Amino acid sequence: MSSPATNQRLLTYVDALREGIAQEMRSDPRVFLFGLDVDDHKAIQGSTRGLVQEFGPERVFGTPLSEDAMTGVAIGAAMAGMRPIHVHIRMDFLMLAMNQLINIAAKSSYMYDGQVKVPMVIRSMIGKSWGQGAQHSQGLHAMFMHVPGLKVVAPSNAYDAKGALIAAIRDDNPVIFVEHRLLYYTDAFVPEESFAVPLGKARVCTNGDDITVVGISNMLVECLRAHEILSDIGIAAEVIDPISLVPLDIDTIVASVKRTGRLLVVDNAWTNCGASAEIVARVIECAQNGKPIQVRRMGYAPTTCPTTPVLEQAFYPDPGKIAQAVHAMVRPDANGWSPDPERAKLAYQVKFRGPF
Amino acid sequence: MALASGPALGIADFERIYRSLRLIRRAEEEVARIYPSDKIKSPVHLSIGQEAVSVGICDALRRDDVVAPTYRGHAAYLAKGGPLRELFAELYGKATGVAGGKGGSMHLIDMSHNVLGASAVVGTTIPLAVGYALALKRNKSDRVVVAFFGDGATEEGVFAESLNFASLHKLPVLFVCENNYYAIHTPITRRWATNRLCERVATYGIPVHRVENGDVLMLRELAAGAVARMRRGEGPSFIECLTYRWREHVGPNEDYDQGYRARDDFNRWLKDDQVERIGRMMSDESRAQIDSEIELDIADAIEFAESSPFPEIDKLYTNVFAGN
Ligand SMILES: Cc1ncc(C[n+]2csc(CCOP(=O)(O)OP(=O)(O)O)c2C)c(N)n1
Ligand SMILES: [Mg+2]
Repeated sequence: MSSPATNQRLLTYVDALREGIAQEMRSDPRVFLFGLDVDDHKAIQGSTRGLVQEFGPERVFGTPLSEDAMTGVAIGAAMAGMRPIHVHIRMDFLMLAMNQLINIAAKSSYMYDGQVKVPMVIRSMIGKSWGQGAQHSQGLHAMFMHVPGLKVVAPSNAYDAKGALIAAIRDDNPVIFVEHRLLYYTDAFVPEESFAVPLGKARVCTNGDDITVVGISNMLVECLRAHEILSDIGIAAEVIDPISLVPLDIDTIVASVKRTGRLLVVDNAWTNCGASAEIVARVIECAQNGKPIQVRRMGYAPTTCPTTPVLEQAFYPDPGKIAQAVHAMVRPDANGWSPDPERAKLAYQVKFRGPF
Repeated sequence: MALASGPALGIADFERIYRSLRLIRRAEEEVARIYPSDKIKSPVHLSIGQEAVSVGICDALRRDDVVAPTYRGHAAYLAKGGPLRELFAELYGKATGVAGGKGGSMHLIDMSHNVLGASAVVGTTIPLAVGYALALKRNKSDRVVVAFFGDGATEEGVFAESLNFASLHKLPVLFVCENNYYAIHTPITRRWATNRLCERVATYGIPVHRVENGDVLMLRELAAGAVARMRRGEGPSFIECLTYRWREHVGPNEDYDQGYRARDDFNRWLKDDQVERIGRMMSDESRAQIDSEIELDIADAIEFAESSPFPEIDKLYTNVFAGN
């Protein structure tokens, strides 16, 4: 993923999303994309730019504010053999579609014993910063992970954004596709041609023997920065990106933890009943007969996201807090270490300016 | 639809209405002016151009009546009497804000002036207004509730469900649709099969009214009639208020260069600008007097916001559950 090949170029996350959609729409006439504001000039921060021009308003269209019904419409169209992509500019708005997603989309294949399938992608974006606050910032992927029949994917970089989105479109199941607003302008080397990142295969991003660190969505980026800070002081963290949360490649994580003996999971969500709880529990279930494992989770503070910047900063994990947590696990006797705050900053976060 | 013709308005009424209109206009212009400094790190949805809806409706209410605003809610908050200092402090994320800096622009609340909290999820507060009205009715109160919402909110299922229930139970709730033609950048022509919103609502047995030119005095009169009906226990009413958002959907700027709507539309609405219209109904002296008082109040509120502290970190966890 990091080595540039001839057909690869640096591409932003947002452009990678758009390219993946366009390529699938070119090759598969069953794919269509709809949702609030997908066809206006802002084009969901650019992730749908040019699609209506290329594919026309029958395959790319905005909707009324009717998330519940539109989700049902997507499901019905999917049952009829199409492959809808339904776009939500915030993950919080999926809460208006819960009945259709949980009671119909997730269950139809099973309760109708395979007579219908629901191949659709629900794109949704997690917001952060600039006062997004209580209702525009939530990472709610764990709610969907809870229910059999839904796949849940949360890419952390442009390469996976494209490849996993293509895999999601080709998948015969409903896929909740979790994007992050602040990742949109981060870039990575991405192949020009169409390719699929298999759902259910984690990536080991850095090798290390001291601790296994799993980062979800944009927290992966923060974990990678924490890894850099920690290597300065001789701590080697093995950072793993699960990419897909359902199905979850627990084997890759377990193999790593068996070697390091330590696991920190950092989620862009609350820890309570969250993806981090699930990953820790499954690692312990799989590895309980070996040597003892030290575990820790980090995520949103157990409170509602405040808008004021001072409290918001305390609400989120960040590279400094992650590095500190790792340090405390790896070197419990050396107390009082804290990283250089300047080095812990992430340019793509510092640069972000609202209003939206 | 027969109107309840209230007593003719006098100069004191015009002055009160003008003061409210002008305060909202100027306060939001100041928000827009300050915004590029990044002191207000909150997504602001300005009501500049739409003030007449909040002012006309709220002027027909008592202090103990209730309003449920939206994320585009500075106007309703101020028109209902919400304090200016605490508004600016909230936008600045300060501890002295209406929600201690935790809610920001999209979640204004002031229960002491009966401003119910606003939601950033479109349509969400419509049934809350209905529920509040249910409670008032059960308590044999003659207080009433106003639900403000946009044209886009009427597309959510919860709107229809709320209308039906409110009418079924004859609840004291006034539904006020601020139809500014757009949901973000998408016009109603691309979202509605027909624009006969009032007809749709009327089928629930709810009296409907439509004000096409933003006339603040007409809005006030219609609201007064609806309020009188509600106080008599005769149930909900609906007012569709055509209006126009002068600035971008979210943020401080104009956006006529973006190509989705024409400056000519704005120019047409500018002719009917209610701040100017009511301003002209007053003597130059009293208008100048009100204007200068408003400038002082706004300057004071900004100074208050700037000099207030940010919340202490331990506030991160207060009120997750009630009473802590
Ligand atoms: C349930 C929901 N869906 C989508 C959004 C994104 N969104 C925010 S404002 C808005 C437009 C609402 O339009 P309208 O109700 O007409 O109010 P206006 O902004 O014009 O005042 C949309 C789609 C949201 N906040 N909530
Ligand atoms: Mg609107």
